[in-house]
Amino acid sequence: MAASTALSSSITTFKSSPFQPRASSINPLPSVKFPSISSNNPLISHFVSAPKNSTVAPLRSAAASTTPETTKTATTFHGLCYVLGDNIDTDQIIPAEYLTLVPSNPDEYKKLGSYALCGLPSSYQTRFVEPGEFTSKYSIVIGGDNFGCGSSREHAPVALGAAGVLAVVAESYARIFFRNSVSTGEVYPLESEKRICEECKTGDVLTVEIGDSRLINHTTGKEYKLKPIGDAGPVIEAGGIFAYARKAGMISAREA
Amino acid sequence: MAASSAIASSSTAFINKKDVGLFAFSSQSSFSVQTARKRISKKIVSVMTPQQTERKPATTGSVKTGMTMTEKILAKASDKPDVSPGDNVWVNVDVLMTHDVCGPGSIGIFKKEFGQNAKVWDREKLVIIPDHYIFTTDERANRNVDILRDFCNEQNIKYFYDIKDLGNFRANPDYKGVCHVALAQEGHCRPGEVLLGTDSHTCTAGAFGQFATGIGNTDAGFVLGTGKILLKVPPTLRFVMDGEMPDYLLAKDLILQIIGEISVAGATYKAMEFVGTTVESLTMEERMTLCNMVVEAGGKNGVIPADKTTYDYLEEGLLCPMNLFIVMKEPACSEFLTDEHWEIVCLKDCNLSSKPHSPDNRALARECKDVKIDRVYIGSCTGGKTEDFMAAAKVFLASGKKVKVPTFLVPATQKVWMDVYSLPVPGSGGKTCSQIFEEAGCDTPASPSCGACLGGPKDTYARMNEAQVCVSTTNRNFPGRMGHKEGQIYLASPYTAAASALTGYVTDPREFLQ
Repeated sequence: MAASTALSSSITTFKSSPFQPRASSINPLPSVKFPSISSNNPLISHFVSAPKNSTVAPLRSAAASTTPETTKTATTFHGLCYVLGDNIDTDQIIPAEYLTLVPSNPDEYKKLGSYALCGLPSSYQTRFVEPGEFTSKYSIVIGGDNFGCGSSREHAPVALGAAGVLAVVAESYARIFFRNSVSTGEVYPLESEKRICEECKTGDVLTVEIGDSRLINHTTGKEYKLKPIGDAGPVIEAGGIFAYARKAGMISAREA
Repeated sequence: MAASSAIASSSTAFINKKDVGLFAFSSQSSFSVQTARKRISKKIVSVMTPQQTERKPATTGSVKTGMTMTEKILAKASDKPDVSPGDNVWVNVDVLMTHDVCGPGSIGIFKKEFGQNAKVWDREKLVIIPDHYIFTTDERANRNVDILRDFCNEQNIKYFYDIKDLGNFRANPDYKGVCHVALAQEGHCRPGEVLLGTDSHTCTAGAFGQFATGIGNTDAGFVLGTGKILLKVPPTLRFVMDGEMPDYLLAKDLILQIIGEISVAGATYKAMEFVGTTVESLTMEERMTLCNMVVEAGGKNGVIPADKTTYDYLEEGLLCPMNLFIVMKEPACSEFLTDEHWEIVCLKDCNLSSKPHSPDNRALARECKDVKIDRVYIGSCTGGKTEDFMAAAKVFLASGKKVKVPTFLVPATQKVWMDVYSLPVPGSGGKTCSQIFEEAGCDTPASPSCGACLGGPKDTYARMNEAQVCVSTTNRNFPGRMGHKEGQIYLASPYTAAASALTGYVTDPREFLQ
């Protein structure tokens, strides 16, 4: 996809808060990450190609690799990246003093976004979220090894999601952060095949193609292979495990 | 078994050269160099079995269903005859613990997904322990404890360790303090069971021979409604530690050594099992310290086989009658994974500290002896247990001197606080820890809670509000962990922390203990 046309477009990401309708049962569109027209941030665009009914596969099993049917989603993100290093722990993503905010409360969810990555040391000169803002202009976070290590606080992927982050691309993840990202559906925790945090700079324009497991840095013109997100993809796309389970018929649709 | 593949699978160990020969490994020059430099003594030796999932015991023909501790527990909890690493299994949860930081969010998800009138799956299997942000005027923090209380009343939760009078914690007989220590003291940690908690240090409970790991709010919300969770069976890294523990070392030194060896991501997605005569000689509290920090190596869970020490601890507190335990026999080595052992030489010299800003930034205490410090903190689930304060008191007693920097003491629980004020310190002529601390010029032991280990609200006792240097018995030293972003935290054992308080520099406790 040509970057220039994408950039001039004003389709921006619609990132819903968890209490807004995300589950497909009450969602007007079957594809959950849906674009909406607005003009407040023209650089961050988010394309969803024609909602392709992605295969709903059972959770990954040992035999998955031999199954020819691969789970593929067609989600593509486009936006500015914010680049971090190794071992970005949950205290840097959301310092413990803000854990009094309860993510399941919509107002406090929004507020968590304003504090995302505010625990980074001052060696990071560019602020992730500008003072007074609730969201960041950077929708893709690039990291090194062991991203999200430390505590089990779900506030970490939630803060990133609330700030408008759609995907994190890192070399590897700490286990609980990865699981929380998938469970909540807040961000795609994508793994790069090589160390890209040293080849991207904060502010570079990127495209992440989930389906093709590809990352393109339009600023440098380089392209990188990502590790497939696999069966976690549809879960995140649905908006988390509960929404996915309802969509897949594993649990019944909500009564209320 | 090809030695080369084994080496490749764990590049972190440095191998004792003699044993390399013994086990017929092909020698690699890089290892030899390290060995020559680092080899000191074998008094304490840890042996790590490399992970070899592809070589199941069944393939050797000698054993049919060899399983590690972790696999046995998860097989039982998922009603399967056996499980293997990588299997995704639905596990029945024996205990779910949550606290004031993640409880309200978990409850929110539970209500949203299961309905406003939904009931938790088992009112006796949920344990709710306010402990993080208690002694603060932060309104939202106080509100979060209120949310827990309302929920527990509504659901008639059996185990809720409430606090209402924030002015004096002792006016709250139900209040315990730090959840991981309280879980053990109140008998919620039982061999063979599955314990989940909305806190990464839930892995502490693995010291009791059970599967214990931390989960997020959404997973906890699911468990609240169903009592089940989908888990992937982790492969096991096994650490065999044999030998007599020198009297200046504590379990904290061992785990810092291991994390330094395998790095903060060395055990990601894996179980860490600790066995050997050294581990067998450790008390329950020391075993808890060992398991507590497996998450700092990225580990999913830590586990130590239950033995007489475990059962004595449980019986002493009348926590659980013997017949309730599911005794998991520790598998024989041949049944386990492999017949090859790797040696990591655990430095005899190691009163360790982890330098800022990562728990695997290992150094010897005496290598940091020129680091001037501003404060010392003794507390948390890692280093705020009764024996941790006893250890600190032992150093103060041996020195007879006063501390040179502010020394903050935060007992993990109300019971630990009582012990600090009542148990006599051996060799002191009947003095309690609190008396020794007072004579040494420490701050008065504070109200039990997680306190400043993770920063917390601005008015948290002993929080690092300035860019200071702290020696701490806690578990993490990432930037900003204890409050100030530019603060520097040296993680250390209670011995090393106390010795450092006495000199104002990072100090090897043998300066006072010998």
